[in-house]
Amino acid sequence: MALTSPRRARRRLRRYTRRDLVVLGVLLGIPVLLDLAIVWGPTLASIGLSFTSWDGIGDIQWVGTDNYRNLFTNYPPFWPAARHNVLWLLFLGLVATPFGLLLAVLIDRGVRFSRFYQSTIYLPVVLSLAIVGFIAQLILGTDQGVVNTIIGPRESPVDWLGDSDLNIWMMMIAASWRHTGYVMILYLAGLKSVDPALKEAAAIDGAGARQTFFRVVFPTLRPVNVIVGVITVIEALRAFDIVYAVNKGRNGLELLSVLITDNIIGEAGRIGFGSAIAVVLLTVSLGFIVTFLVQELRGARER
Amino acid sequence: MSADLRTAAPPRPAATPVTAPKSRPRKGRWGVHIFLMAVSLAFLAPLLLAVYASLRPYEDTAQYGYFSWPHHLSFDYYRRAYTESGMGKYFTNTLLIAVPAVLVTLFLASFVAFAVSRLKMRGGLVLLLFFTAGNLLPQQVIVTPLYVLFNRVPLPWWMSDSLMMYDSYWAVIVVNIGFQLGFCVFVLASFMRTLPQEITEAAIVDGAGVWTRFWHITLPLCRPALAALATLEFAWIYNDFLWALIFISDPDKLPITSSLNNLRGQFFTDYNLLAAGSILVALPTILVFLLLQRQFIAGLTLGSTKG
Repeated sequence: MALTSPRRARRRLRRYTRRDLVVLGVLLGIPVLLDLAIVWGPTLASIGLSFTSWDGIGDIQWVGTDNYRNLFTNYPPFWPAARHNVLWLLFLGLVATPFGLLLAVLIDRGVRFSRFYQSTIYLPVVLSLAIVGFIAQLILGTDQGVVNTIIGPRESPVDWLGDSDLNIWMMMIAASWRHTGYVMILYLAGLKSVDPALKEAAAIDGAGARQTFFRVVFPTLRPVNVIVGVITVIEALRAFDIVYAVNKGRNGLELLSVLITDNIIGEAGRIGFGSAIAVVLLTVSLGFIVTFLVQELRGARER
Repeated sequence: MSADLRTAAPPRPAATPVTAPKSRPRKGRWGVHIFLMAVSLAFLAPLLLAVYASLRPYEDTAQYGYFSWPHHLSFDYYRRAYTESGMGKYFTNTLLIAVPAVLVTLFLASFVAFAVSRLKMRGGLVLLLFFTAGNLLPQQVIVTPLYVLFNRVPLPWWMSDSLMMYDSYWAVIVVNIGFQLGFCVFVLASFMRTLPQEITEAAIVDGAGVWTRFWHITLPLCRPALAALATLEFAWIYNDFLWALIFISDPDKLPITSSLNNLRGQFFTDYNLLAAGSILVALPTILVFLLLQRQFIAGLTLGSTKG
């Protein structure tokens, strides 16, 4: 801020007219109010509800931290679901995201047909997860599924989606099918904006392709890295549609988001308890959101 | 691949500037091509398989499995999927939700992004963080309070025949806008930051107000970014089924993603019929992507010219 003092002086000279102020007030006011009403208000309300035993109809009763105590000690599906979310995060973070980066780097080197590669790999991103889940059933079905047909008939065919040790992996692969394309396109955009002079300079200094990438290009991608990191985490925590489309998130496919939905919408109507799970999810997300915000703030200061 | 490049590239500054970036080993190129081709096919394969399945009658796949030579091919399933699910009606519903939601989101988000990145306002950064962080929250966290809220907001009859926000398109549209704003603000703000400051400075000298600077000067330059976002947002809102599932109860108002459920039988589901239905449902997003693809890729490559 201190560095921009001449600019600030100039700004003080240039005042907003009344019309400008109206435009600013209306066009900033509407989105801010909307965001408060749709996102932040309900978030606070959920936190409040998590300390009650509300069933959605009757009176709201304050129960303190009972919901949380029950959640951690005697709600059996909680820990498996939390473990699945962590597994999901590790899989996306260590497999799908680096794979997307690798594809982006290869395509960015300017190979022929890059438009074709780029489009096909990105295509799954525009598909709905319900359809992805359904295609997974076509391919991984027990009796007529493609994979089992290729393996050939066996005494006991592998039940890819039914076996509770296997199905979570299959779901993560299906989710990666979409995630990879998304990450690739983000990195591709980032790579295109890297100054080619940097790479040339590195090449002149005798750096190899790998060295140039890790020492020169990758560090300049930091803004994209932050976005991709946050998106990966959020996708992992939000994962829902795909398991819900396959078997409503049961039998090995439990996730925190599924537990919340079951408690809130399900016949039990345990809104207070469901909100408590939502708050746990929120706390974890907030950890990452704050990290991201700190990075953004630091990035903005440097600019 | 990179190891032999390093030994091959002579560290002579005089010769390298022009040749070094271009003299990649041929064999590496082929490797890259084979690899990318394999990945592309692997990414395309599931979709192609779904298309293939949708062209075959149930008896065919039941007997021989999905990975087998066809004995009979027809488009019959597409006709059935379209009529049996009543897809036309649901498609209209989805457009009624997705089109206004995308347009309003992009408009509001681009103004916020403009204010945050181009006006050097005090508190601009806080505003940016306020929106971006909101988009990152899990959807399930906000579902219940919104459900309660929408059941208490009355609307006049000409806006909603349920006389409430609940069970009307407005609820779904508003939620989509509110939830997607953050992402669009974030993307557009980072895009606008890359535009040179001089363009608007000239306009300020000419006495242009905030609106002119936004609508006539900044926004036209953002067309590639807007096209990319429009593609993404349209696909997301089109594909969403959580919000509609929760905020709409009248089956006639449901969006297209839920029409697929009409194709599931109570005791028996013909997966080939469902495959045809899924492809019909997926078609519009794929078409939008292919149509806007040029803009989309232009949006990505824009940065490269400035180096």
